Amino acid sequence: MADFTPGNRPNALARAWDSDIAWSFRHSPLAVIAAFVSILIILAAVFAPWIAPHDPFNPASLDLMDGFTPPMEPNAFTGNVYWLGTDNQGRDVFSTILYGARISLFVGFMAVLFAMVLGITLGLIAGYRGGWLDSLLMRVADVQLTFPSILLALLIFGVARGFIPPAYREAMAIWVLIVAIGLSDWVQYARVVRGATMVEKNKEYVQAARVIGAHPAKILIRHILPNVMGPVLVIATIGLALAIIAEATLSFLGVGVPSTQPSLGTLIRIGQGFLFSGEWWILLFPSITLLALALSVNLLGDWLRDALNPRLR
Amino acid sequence: MSDVLLSVQGLTRRFDVSKPWLNRVIEREDRQYLTATADVSFDIRKGETFALVGESGSGKSTIAKMIVGLLEPSAGEIRFDGKVMDFASGAAMRALRRRFQMIFQDPFASLNPRWRVGDIIAEPIHTFGLLKGAEVTREVGRLLDLVGLSAADAEKFPHEFSGGQRQRIAIARALSSRPEFIVCDEPTSALDVSVQAQILNLMRDLQDEFGLTYLLISHDLSVVRHMSTRIGVLYLGRLVEISDAKRLFIDPQHPYTRLLLDAVPDLALSGRRRTPVTGEIPNPIAPPPGCAFHPRCPHVMDICRKQRPDAIPTASGQAACHLLTPEGQKPRETTA
Repeated sequence: MADFTPGNRPNALARAWDSDIAWSFRHSPLAVIAAFVSILIILAAVFAPWIAPHDPFNPASLDLMDGFTPPMEPNAFTGNVYWLGTDNQGRDVFSTILYGARISLFVGFMAVLFAMVLGITLGLIAGYRGGWLDSLLMRVADVQLTFPSILLALLIFGVARGFIPPAYREAMAIWVLIVAIGLSDWVQYARVVRGATMVEKNKEYVQAARVIGAHPAKILIRHILPNVMGPVLVIATIGLALAIIAEATLSFLGVGVPSTQPSLGTLIRIGQGFLFSGEWWILLFPSITLLALALSVNLLGDWLRDALNPRLR
Repeated sequence: MSDVLLSVQGLTRRFDVSKPWLNRVIEREDRQYLTATADVSFDIRKGETFALVGESGSGKSTIAKMIVGLLEPSAGEIRFDGKVMDFASGAAMRALRRRFQMIFQDPFASLNPRWRVGDIIAEPIHTFGLLKGAEVTREVGRLLDLVGLSAADAEKFPHEFSGGQRQRIAIARALSSRPEFIVCDEPTSALDVSVQAQILNLMRDLQDEFGLTYLLISHDLSVVRHMSTRIGVLYLGRLVEISDAKRLFIDPQHPYTRLLLDAVPDLALSGRRRTPVTGEIPNPIAPPPGCAFHPRCPHVMDICRKQRPDAIPTASGQAACHLLTPEGQKPRETTA
């Protein structure tokens, strides 16, 4: 009992270090490596303007003579050396990857956030209300699940572009992409939250709140939501990897972000054009980055799923 | 003492247990209803503990849930202090809601695991806007003290407590809106036997201190005997007997009550021959005609199979049995 008196309470940091999750993390080498790689790429992307040796978006700093420089070799004309070489326009591949990862991650995070907010809201309402509203929302979800999500994102992307005046298309492209990926992904959040809500709403702590006449919105947000977030976080982590890949796929297909703001997918699309002419580095390095990012985030998600599942301990 | 605080008249609840529409059409079945409680009427007086007893599926919890507004009655009326409870009208109910509370069966489910104990206890205070700021903290400390915990416990989470301690927290929450009436739905059945008595005694002390009125739902007759002033016996959703607690244990009028009492183990080993409760509670979707208890009743008569008995006043309450009517005869003693 002595441990529980307020004076002896360990501080928040020490308690977090001692928690089950932290223990499971420290004892899973794969999770530690995955977290390291993810954080490294995320930090590099966030601080790209300070890290990148060149600004690939500033045409003034580009020299077409630098084009097609192989990695770690001096350019035949200018003598400049680039770690990962340059592309056809003389842009430093390393810098474009940093900026590309920045856009990929931004789109990924925002799409997951959008899908989460939409899915959680609809899932909570469907699970708590039940009845015809629940049936309607879940049938919509069922129908949506019959379409491959990349096809759906393409569809949403196409429809949205039809509504946006051409002058804004370039600027809005990234937001359209976020909405398209988010809309094609909300179903799994809604389903998981709905299921968990149906379990939680019958628990007695919810009934206790209903007895005193608490507003349903307050019950949903303050009582039920914190208790259904566990599985949502797992899906969100894996969803981030999927969203990054979806963005890359759309950009590779040429419907994603414009090439003035290349994401990793755009870089791969540009690079694959030069594969058969021998400039392999333009394709290879962005691909490796995308692979490392998606794989490490996915592995983190897998670990989180196992760590939060008491039956697997 | 005789002021009625809660009055229940003809309370009925039917659950629709039909199969989905498509199945019904294909299998040519009608809608099916389960009558959980039928035409239940009783009064609870100020300051008393009214107990509802009965087997699983007899409708005890359904009645409790209707009284606190968790379930809507299919028919009947609930009056609290003379005012009809209409849970649809939010504004009118707000003032009434503060005056009654509920203590739940499972203290492991009735406290939100993500909330600190202090927030859990303060929730009714905030919802009804009773106190503000530092006063809330002081009140939570006082309530924790009152139920035998310490004010410092407000900072902890529910998982740091044992079952009995959690039930104390649940009681503190129920008291925080300063209610007059508390519905206790099997408050001790999820607890260790050693802890049950502590919680029951705490409930009695609080009743004396604040003049609380309890509706106690239980299937445990020893708990009921310890706590209650009057008892209602439920069978298949109907009240078969209401009686003063003391009289009920000495002189049960209804054969079902007698069977229930005989099933209670007693340490005195009185050597009394027991009639165990035989058979099971019938299917409530298709209850037996006449008196619902007749398939299990040792005194069953022809009339029991045809006609449902009305409640007849007895020395200390009422009972619904044909044995008590002029058509029936005085029950034979079952004890040897």
